[in-house]
Amino acid sequence: MLAKRIIPCLDVRDGRVVKGTHFVNLVDAGDPVETAARYDSEGADELVFLDITASSDRRDIVAKMVRAVADRIFIPFTVGGGLRTIEDIQAILRAGADKVSLNTSAVENPNLIVEASKYFGSQCIIVAIDARRVKNWNPEEPKWEVTTHGGRMTQALEAVAWAEEAASLGAGEILLTSMDCDGTQSGYDNLLNARISERVKIPVIASGGCGTLQHIADAFTEGKASAALAASIFHFGYHTIAEAKRFLQERGIPVRLTQ
Amino acid sequence: MPASYDTVIVDYGMGNLLSVEKAVSAVGGCPLISADPETVLNAERLILPGVGAFGDAMRNLAQNGLDDAVRKAVHAGKPLLGLCLGLQLLFSHSEEFGSHEGLGLIPGLVRRFDDSVLRVPHVGWNQIESVRPDPLLKEIPDGSYFYFVHSFFVEPDRPEDVLTWTSYGRSFCSIACRGKVWGAQFHPEKSQEMGKRLLRNFLAVK
Repeated sequence: MLAKRIIPCLDVRDGRVVKGTHFVNLVDAGDPVETAARYDSEGADELVFLDITASSDRRDIVAKMVRAVADRIFIPFTVGGGLRTIEDIQAILRAGADKVSLNTSAVENPNLIVEASKYFGSQCIIVAIDARRVKNWNPEEPKWEVTTHGGRMTQALEAVAWAEEAASLGAGEILLTSMDCDGTQSGYDNLLNARISERVKIPVIASGGCGTLQHIADAFTEGKASAALAASIFHFGYHTIAEAKRFLQERGIPVRLTQ
Repeated sequence: MPASYDTVIVDYGMGNLLSVEKAVSAVGGCPLISADPETVLNAERLILPGVGAFGDAMRNLAQNGLDDAVRKAVHAGKPLLGLCLGLQLLFSHSEEFGSHEGLGLIPGLVRRFDDSVLRVPHVGWNQIESVRPDPLLKEIPDGSYFYFVHSFFVEPDRPEDVLTWTSYGRSFCSIACRGKVWGAQFHPEKSQEMGKRLLRNFLAVK
């Protein structure tokens, strides 16, 4: 049976793993290669690196990190952050990443999804959506808008419709982050996860808000996600991947157990 | 002088050859990535990796004369392992975006998953169940997880060419095998310990 995936997410800036709340208040959380190798050996199913390096030589910094990670780990990993062109994507895939995630660039130029999925295959093109609940909307029937530039800009784009469009343009997976929940450790926005999971025929990775093992279980049962992304819960040692897998297995959720 | 490599990874311009090369090295092999038909023909064993579109892959293989080189190497008894798209290319025929001829080393068809009932691509870790013991599966118990990412699957004409089954909405052939030709739909190079075991087993085939 296809297992539900647990994916630690590493936010990387200038070659270091960092962790913050709502993309601000960043705290150092370690070396990306060592962190990746540890998660690999602990049984993580995949890894995601989101690069928030702002410097002008970012491309070289990121490619170097990707090569170092690829040398050490034998599970799939995704790299996202600031990829705008086919050449940017190619450089990351050539350095050894398995998938890329496109966010702002996909919103600004949806044709990039079409070209990238045609050129490299849908399987390696993830469209990341940062969604935020529309304020003062009926909480029973919420609506989500798409934000870009790390949550700083709100787009005139409804998140469910954008997910459907991204899938139809060739995205292989949706990485869905709730900007309301991100960094709060109060649980995923499972209404959002379920709404989009039900509407697209590609896997949805739930992201933003994980603070407990129960939250991960909820992302699969209530959120109907194919995979759950989490950062703090693992980075700061609250739980290991193995603990999370056992917790899920005891609740009848199919997971890949190692050792 | 004996060659300094024992495994040739066929380079036809598609897919992440680097990760295959690294995984082969990690289990004690000496891989060489090559696009040269002569090198392919004279290899001790071959790995045919690949991701992307079937039609483009066959066109690239044919352009460099690699299709004939792979066929000849197999007919000369060289072990071959196809991975993901590399498995699909071993088959006679694909229905991906129109119809394409494959290498024809295993009779059968490449078909697309039905996305009216399933999430496609099939992405993630799924289990394999073998139909018989095989040197490729040494120390890999039934139920072991491997990493899959694909929208198409193979359907061998002859039941004996199926080595393992995997379930995704339906049962599909996850490893095909005919003589010394194997093809895995998953990515052993991305399947952690079990993937390494499978590659180690392939390197042990003479």
